Amino acid sequence: MSKQKIIKVLVCKPGLDGHDRGAKVIARALRDAGMEVIYTGLHQTPDDIVNTIIQEDPDAVMLSFLSGAHNTLCPVIMEKLKDQGIDDVLMGVGGIIPEEDKITLEKLGYKGFQGPGTELKEVVEFVRNNLKR
Amino acid sequence: MTESQEKKISDTRNKERQAKFKNLSDIDIKRLYTPDDIKDFNYNQDLGDPGRYPFTRGVYPSMYRGQLWTMRQFAGLGTAEHTNERFKFLIAHGQTGLSVAFSLHTIYGYEATDPHSLGEIGKEGVAIDTLRDMEILFDGIDLSTISTSMTINGPAAILLAMYIVVAEKQGHAPSELRGTIQNDVLKEYMAQKSWIFPPEPSMRLIIDTIEYCYKEVPQWYTISISGYHIREAGSTAVQELAFTLANGFAYIEAAIERGLDVDDFAQRLSFFFNSHNNFFEEICKYRTSRRIWAKRLKNKYGAKNPSSMRLRFHTQTAGVSLTAQEPENNIARVTLQALAAVLGGTQSLHTNSFDEALCLPTEKAAKIALRTQQIIAHESGVCDTVDPLAGSYYVEWLTNKMEQEVENYFDKIDELGGVIPAIRANFFQKEIANASYKYQQEIENNERIIVGVNKYKQEDSCSTEILKLDDTIAEEQVKKLNDIKNLRNDKKLASKLENLKRAAEGTENLMPYILDVVREYASIGEIITILKQIFDVYREDSIF
Amino acid sequence: MDYSDLIAKLKEGSTRAVARLITILENDINASEAIINSIYKDTGKAYIMGVTGAPGSGKSTFISTITKKFLKKGKKIGIICVDPTSPLTGGALLGDRIRMKENFSLNNVFIRSMANRGQLGGLARATEDTIKILDAYGCDIIIVETVGVGQSEVDIFKSAHTVIVLLVPGMGDDIQAIKAGIMEITDIFAVNKMDLPGADRKVTDIIQMLEMNMNYNYTSENANKNNMKLKQWIPEIVKINSITGENFDTLLDIIEKHKAFMDKLEIYSSYLINRIKSETIQILRYKLTKKVEELIHSNKLIEENISQVVDKSLDPYSMANLIIKLIGLED
Repeated sequence: MSKQKIIKVLVCKPGLDGHDRGAKVIARALRDAGMEVIYTGLHQTPDDIVNTIIQEDPDAVMLSFLSGAHNTLCPVIMEKLKDQGIDDVLMGVGGIIPEEDKITLEKLGYKGFQGPGTELKEVVEFVRNNLKR
Repeated sequence: MTESQEKKISDTRNKERQAKFKNLSDIDIKRLYTPDDIKDFNYNQDLGDPGRYPFTRGVYPSMYRGQLWTMRQFAGLGTAEHTNERFKFLIAHGQTGLSVAFSLHTIYGYEATDPHSLGEIGKEGVAIDTLRDMEILFDGIDLSTISTSMTINGPAAILLAMYIVVAEKQGHAPSELRGTIQNDVLKEYMAQKSWIFPPEPSMRLIIDTIEYCYKEVPQWYTISISGYHIREAGSTAVQELAFTLANGFAYIEAAIERGLDVDDFAQRLSFFFNSHNNFFEEICKYRTSRRIWAKRLKNKYGAKNPSSMRLRFHTQTAGVSLTAQEPENNIARVTLQALAAVLGGTQSLHTNSFDEALCLPTEKAAKIALRTQQIIAHESGVCDTVDPLAGSYYVEWLTNKMEQEVENYFDKIDELGGVIPAIRANFFQKEIANASYKYQQEIENNERIIVGVNKYKQEDSCSTEILKLDDTIAEEQVKKLNDIKNLRNDKKLASKLENLKRAAEGTENLMPYILDVVREYASIGEIITILKQIFDVYREDSIF
Repeated sequence: MDYSDLIAKLKEGSTRAVARLITILENDINASEAIINSIYKDTGKAYIMGVTGAPGSGKSTFISTITKKFLKKGKKIGIICVDPTSPLTGGALLGDRIRMKENFSLNNVFIRSMANRGQLGGLARATEDTIKILDAYGCDIIIVETVGVGQSEVDIFKSAHTVIVLLVPGMGDDIQAIKAGIMEITDIFAVNKMDLPGADRKVTDIIQMLEMNMNYNYTSENANKNNMKLKQWIPEIVKINSITGENFDTLLDIIEKHKAFMDKLEIYSSYLINRIKSETIQILRYKLTKKVEELIHSNKLIEENISQVVDKSLDPYSMANLIIKLIGLED
């Protein structure tokens, strides 16, 4: 166990939307898959999120959006990460993301887009298979 | 045929598809229910005629033969101007009740310019910062003839104050106003998470509105005690019922402690439930809720007026049950859920649009949702008689069983010292998190079938039409906020805010002070910031 | 691998370098040695506080509030929050940041969540090393928060200058937990949520526990005031409210007093010696355990011995002695 690196994931709820059921279920599933999961709680601003990424140095970040704020917040978050020179963290987005927004977000460097009804093992596999380091 | 052959055939016939049948509250369901399952059944004690104590069969004698439920679809989008247009359109088409959804930044009491508001303004509801926005929202709408339901909790007292002032400016007294504020903070800590202050000062604000409305706005529904969000967060039906009713009793007790008589305010409390997938379980949930509420109001809180004992409720179909896979299937789900609500005797109903797992509803999807209700009302025949399922062995057994399970939860909550201590101990949060995780696991393990998700799955992705919103709304809102700030009497405002602060430090009813600052066009953000200084903010524990 | 670049950035005050170095420390003991080796001389300036308490005692809110107080004094603060690893899955949920949602600026407060990663003193090792990184980074105060259960957590607190235990009125089990765990090394007992009924009762319970188990005398009026003259610190007890900040000034005074007590020459050097001993034991425990594990699974001679134990011609103790001989640790 000491040789194998443990995957560290940050699960975030950006914006004001309080529907954290999905984020929490995913946090728990990742934990059950042997990962260390930091849950930030609700109402995270882009600055909060980027600061947490800097300090916790996770391998992956999973952002959950249900309110439609992703189009505004995702570009801001990515911009701030770039300013910090952070480019080796897997940035996943889940929740309610319309098809055409996925294309825009993909171009920004986001991946995943697990919507309602996604199987938990699919999310676990997604994290395992898309790590950048 | 030999005996063994016969046995073999009969074994095959008796063989069941699964080892156990359970509903969503994890209650074992038997193959058959018979008179033995409701041995002690007593019609008058357990059911009573509709409109009679304990109201199990319904709160009114004629139910839908008299008046159909209110088809109240939630609306609110963009700026006050946009939503005002929408309201006028709805009124022109015969709608007599408005239901306002607010922008998340309004719900949390942030100004449009706050970093927390980024990306949220006008996305999930109408953006309101100051009285000016409310004036625009209800411009040209006569507040003495319309009833307005406002889905607002933390800043409920402020939005109510704004509504009262807008009416004043139209020349209407508060006593003429009809409507509802959700104002149910306890479920926020349990599930919905749009809290602002800690529980105790939040309760004070709620009782302030109850007390104020009892005196000044007597036709107003002061709290819509909501199980909807508890269920959406992943609770079972029994938990939804138990936690919601427990919250209702907590409000009753707090108001009595303030010195109000239960018959003065209890009839101005209403409920808001979810309608999920298990048809009979939902129907029994509504029937049980009425019986428990009536019994406690009469026996524990000494209500004399039957109206205080009537549990009236709004229902919304379960948003969480909608799937992104094959979204059209959601139309069938919503139909069954709506039918359960009607058979359960709801007073008003919101049906979800089939595309809500993908985006905010498009006009077409919203229309189908409303049509679903109209088809149930006018074509199905279920409204021709009151509570047609009464007397069914299964329905009465399950109604009793759920009552018993709810009582078990009440005992646990009492052991923890009541609702607020139980919130502080994360009791509800843990119960809900566990139920939610269990439900998800059952789906993953194919122990629970969701059509199109874990059975009859199709790989090709759908192409559903999608509603988009742009960010100019936020810019407009920020501009409006800055404009109004330039027009205000700053000195007068500052002194009124100071008065509010001092009152908050004491124990006076805050409604008059809130009305005063609202009249000076204080923003919701400014008022909440002042109150936070006195009340502090709530922080959640991490409960998974 | 060469870490000099990261270490140089750490010394320039790069937050990202701190974070990355901690990740390396957590995952790779060999790298830890190289890193600690090159920063060790820059450590020893920070004041280290251990904070513990049962779930529900309000640890995170307490840390938020005390951090705000330290910030007002112009301090730079490091916070390490330790949560348990699930023994079944090896995963962990780290949720302490949630309640620390103050808008602390990145420059003055560094918060890091860690999972304890089970046994073998692994927790203590990574935490010790993280403390050193934050120390070299320039934190004036480092706060380590854990649930305070088990030997390895007691070990971490041996590196703290001041250990604070939080208790809350009404909760009956917390005193029992302290008795079983860290009573001997606690410097300050803080009764949090002092507005709840039963706060005074809790203070009495703590006094009773200390008088019975540690032979302190709290009934004599001068007991606490004499602390500065004593060789051993008598734990102080204070009621606080982390939400309103009530009595935090008193608490800070007590912390200052304890700091002054620790600064006394003979006390401080004995603290340092104890700390270094404890840390060395942790490192050795970790290294030797690993070495023995490797040996047991790979050494031919030991395999033979094991079969002798199987057929009862050798007993487990004798075999253990043979292994000690094998790694050259014979008395």
